Amino acid sequence: MVYHILVKPASYEYHRAHDLEHALELLGELGEDAKPLAGGQSLVPMMNFRLARPSALIDLARLDELRYLRPVGDGLRIGALTTHRTVETATLPGGFGVLSRAARWIGHYPIRSRGTIGGSLAHGDATAEWCVLAVLLDARIVLRGPRGQRTVPAAEFFHGFLSTAAEPGELITEVVFPSPAPRAALTEFAQRQGDFGLVVVAVALETEGGHCRAARVAAGGVGSAAQRLPAVEQALAGAELTERAFAEAARAGVAELEPPEDIHASAGYRRTLTATLLRRACLEAGA
Amino acid sequence: MTVLAGRQTGVGARVGRHEDTRLLTGRGRFADDVRRAGALHVRMVRAPVAHARIEAIDAREALGTPGVHTVLTGADCAELGPIPIRLPRGDEPASALQPVLPADSVRYVGQPVAAVVAEDAYTAEDAAELVRVEYAELPAVLDARECAPVGTIEIGYGGVDAAFAGAAHVVRARLEVGRHAAVPLEPRGLTAEYEAGTGKLEIWGATKVPVFNRGVLARMLGLPEERIHLHAMDTGGGFGARGEFYPEDAIVALLATRLRAPVTWTEDRAENLVALNHSRQQEHRIAAAFDAEGVLLALTDEVCHDNGAYLRTHGFMVPELTVTMLPGPYRIPAFHARIAVALTNKTPCGTYRGPGRYEGTFAREHLFDVAADRIGIDRAELRRRNLLRAGEIPHRRPYSALNTEMVLDAGDYPGLLENALAHTEPWQAERDRLRAEGRVSGYGFAYFLEKSGLGPHETADVLLHPSGRVTVHSGATSLGQGVETVLAQIAAERLSLPDTAVTVINGDTDLQPFGLGSWASRSTVVAGSAVRLAADAVAAKARGIAATLLGCAPEELLLEAGTLAVPGFPERSVTLADVAAEAGRDAIEPGLAARRRFTVDHMTYPYGMHVALVEVDTGTGAVRVLRYLVAYEVGRAINPDLVEGQLLGGVAQGIGGALYEQFHYDEAGQPQATTFMDYLLPTAEEVPDRVQTLITEDAPSPDNPLGAKGAGEGGITAAGGAIANAVRDALGVPEDLGGLPLTPARIVELADAHR
Ligand SMILES: Cc1cc2nc3c(=O)[nH]c(=O)nc-3n(C[C@H](O)[C@H](O)[C@H](O)COP(=O)(O)OP(=O)(O)OC[C@H]3O[C@@H](n4cnc5c(N)ncnc54)[C@H](O)[C@@H]3O)c2cc1C
Repeated sequence: MVYHILVKPASYEYHRAHDLEHALELLGELGEDAKPLAGGQSLVPMMNFRLARPSALIDLARLDELRYLRPVGDGLRIGALTTHRTVETATLPGGFGVLSRAARWIGHYPIRSRGTIGGSLAHGDATAEWCVLAVLLDARIVLRGPRGQRTVPAAEFFHGFLSTAAEPGELITEVVFPSPAPRAALTEFAQRQGDFGLVVVAVALETEGGHCRAARVAAGGVGSAAQRLPAVEQALAGAELTERAFAEAARAGVAELEPPEDIHASAGYRRTLTATLLRRACLEAGA
Repeated sequence: MTVLAGRQTGVGARVGRHEDTRLLTGRGRFADDVRRAGALHVRMVRAPVAHARIEAIDAREALGTPGVHTVLTGADCAELGPIPIRLPRGDEPASALQPVLPADSVRYVGQPVAAVVAEDAYTAEDAAELVRVEYAELPAVLDARECAPVGTIEIGYGGVDAAFAGAAHVVRARLEVGRHAAVPLEPRGLTAEYEAGTGKLEIWGATKVPVFNRGVLARMLGLPEERIHLHAMDTGGGFGARGEFYPEDAIVALLATRLRAPVTWTEDRAENLVALNHSRQQEHRIAAAFDAEGVLLALTDEVCHDNGAYLRTHGFMVPELTVTMLPGPYRIPAFHARIAVALTNKTPCGTYRGPGRYEGTFAREHLFDVAADRIGIDRAELRRRNLLRAGEIPHRRPYSALNTEMVLDAGDYPGLLENALAHTEPWQAERDRLRAEGRVSGYGFAYFLEKSGLGPHETADVLLHPSGRVTVHSGATSLGQGVETVLAQIAAERLSLPDTAVTVINGDTDLQPFGLGSWASRSTVVAGSAVRLAADAVAAKARGIAATLLGCAPEELLLEAGTLAVPGFPERSVTLADVAAEAGRDAIEPGLAARRRFTVDHMTYPYGMHVALVEVDTGTGAVRVLRYLVAYEVGRAINPDLVEGQLLGGVAQGIGGALYEQFHYDEAGQPQATTFMDYLLPTAEEVPDRVQTLITEDAPSPDNPLGAKGAGEGGITAAGGAIANAVRDALGVPEDLGGLPLTPARIVELADAHR
């Protein structure tokens, strides 16, 4: 069924997919200017501002097959259409609590109850909590397209400002978090509750007798995409689990960052913020 | 003649807001609720560049779009003339006024350049993209300090130079205030319909100064005023900006008369943020001279006021209020202020709640805190030594403001200071406790003088019906502030009826063609006084009729609970309803009604103090407002609940300006904050839940029969000052903080510099 409707955005065709195969078929048929519609919480505002002008929308809302949270071995698979709110309120297997805690930082309640994890990863905002966590926890992003299925590690998925490894015609079907991270935390700062963070940081520590054996550290808002901070990871390896040690590692690690500047934050302020948030995230994770 | 019914529901009672029943049950009627059959929809084509010559406009493709009726450009409305100033001083250059649609150049991003009319809003928006405007870009001026002023206002008295030369202490600061706007939640919307049969133009949606807007339209369209009817509407906030006469007000009305069809227009938020008046942007170079004891000898200020691209309906009003209100409640032997008004290639500015006072109060009160620290006396003591004392009031400032002599009418400024300090003394202990825990906390306050009740007049009709109910036709406008309730309380008390027996209709130009509208905290004071006069006239008429009916002298009658009676003779009584019915049978002048005007040539000056307790997170720069107090002298609170509501709302907006809101522009003049993701209005999460109010009625105004002073703006006036002073206290910065808003980035910078 094709509808032509009068709406605030530039005009487009609306298609409703009844399952994944149908969605992929429509994507192939309608070409590069067609876009999948998940929760609509990023795409629809951009269309209303006419910053996004898709020729057609393929509504994924009926694809219930992509709404799930499933343990796989030690890991966790999350279907692309799972909402932020579902992750926030789910009882997750041990070691994945950070996902629920992080979800609380996303927007406001109405946004969380519509927005999806797949939409967030596909949108690829540098400060999106899911993007930062995917990079932090070495998640794998599963895509389906005209040439079948492929899996891209998060480290290779986010290419830069709102751009990802997903090819035209491909859909994200799920994200796999391969292993639990019992000592992980995400924290961020925005001036108002519910706004995208100016900087978002997340850490996952492995500890041993009052020390940090190894650390994974990721941040959003310090570059054009969510990224790991290897300098901080190295500085944390072997560090004591004290605020002082965390602060030192954070300070050392942010010195070489070159964050973007915008009306809300200079590069220098973002560096300070990153150091503050890293110290706080380590404290939360190490506690 | 206050009676029982009056005391429960009249002046001073906390009766429920009359407007709430309809507003809270979704039955309010806002601009975009107006539906006229066959209405055409308008979409503005807006300038995408800050400054350019218009080389050509090609609307052919838009006009060829199915459903498009017409495209209006500057060439079609040159004869309308520019938008006039509502309160002109006389020294505003005509070249600074905004045209309805420009003929040859644009001066800011968002300026309307053409209007597309189509069968529906979506077709209009699509077609607006097809209007091709060729621009030859010109250099954009973005820094007001870099251009020649379009006007300068200079006031002062006393020997300023000598005072500074002989002073024991001289304190100076350069302080900026950011560009904010009122941002009412309801964007602008208008519907106009020309009734060809009667030649009448009906208009819905402009709610603030409808009679003035009617006059402007009459002149522009060549229609007699009485053929234009602006309807009373609900509105989702005004705050000074919404309801003024804008280019769109002319465009929509002009299209309706030309096309002979209903025409409707609603702006979207992105438009609203670049098209509605901005406000506040100023730089103050302020200085004060003190003697060795901290007594003020002189105050000076050099202000640069960025008014954006044009002078709109407010002309030089905000700059004038900035300097005339700067001395505030203080005894200042010598004063000099000069404000240069610059036009830049940004959205034009107008008033926003507390215009000129939010800016000036911040500059003065922040300077005074720096001064107290420098001199080495307590910050409150500095105020104590310099506030005008009760015995010095009324106090005349030797200059005029808004064409009125400035006489500070009634007050005990030091009394309110002590009251507010006593109230918040525990907060200082709380601050010290927080500090002992290693937290960064500060206590700060700012004292302010407000102005309200600007005349020169306001008019009201009171009609008493045979049903026993009363209708008021007021020249005020209902902006959500609760003025319907307040006016009903005033009329009810004078007529000894319950407030619920009174229906108030505000701002309908057919019903009340003499109104001046709602702005400048004037409505309760002047519209309320007019209602009181009209209600008293109705009561007097009723008394005369009743006296004839009862065969007694009018003075013998007592008006109580809606009944006129001869005391001691209960059978010799008649209800107001019966009097109204009798009046309806009058052979010459039927009906029980009166129109009265309240005239006043002075403003009345409320005053107060804001106090804030804040906590600063020096790692992120976040400021949390833990506690907040507004102490406010209101003369007479007609309804204390509504006064409190006004103060709380003002605080929320004041915190926005102090910590969150700012319209940024890039070097090319492109606005950078064009959505609510970037223009940070504080939400319920950011506004403190512990805002206290301390409303006093110690100094009723002698200038109006109610004794009332306005309450619309006192909640915002000193918020910038109080929060800046609290943050400065928290960070222990010896100098001034430089300006507002205090963004997290700025706070971190300040904290790092003073660790
Ligand atoms: C006020 C506000 C505040 C917000 N705050 C935050 C925040 O703090 N943190 C945060 O992370 N997000 C925030 N968001 C964004 C929100 O989380 C979005 O839900 C999310 O970014 C996109 O998910 P969606 O399901 O809504 O995707 P949509 O908006 O439907 O789509 C986004 C993009 O992804 C594409 N897409 C969607 N699903 C798929 C798929 N399965 N495969 C391939 N492509 C796909 C779409 O074509 C589109 O290009 C906020 C949004 C708003 C309006």
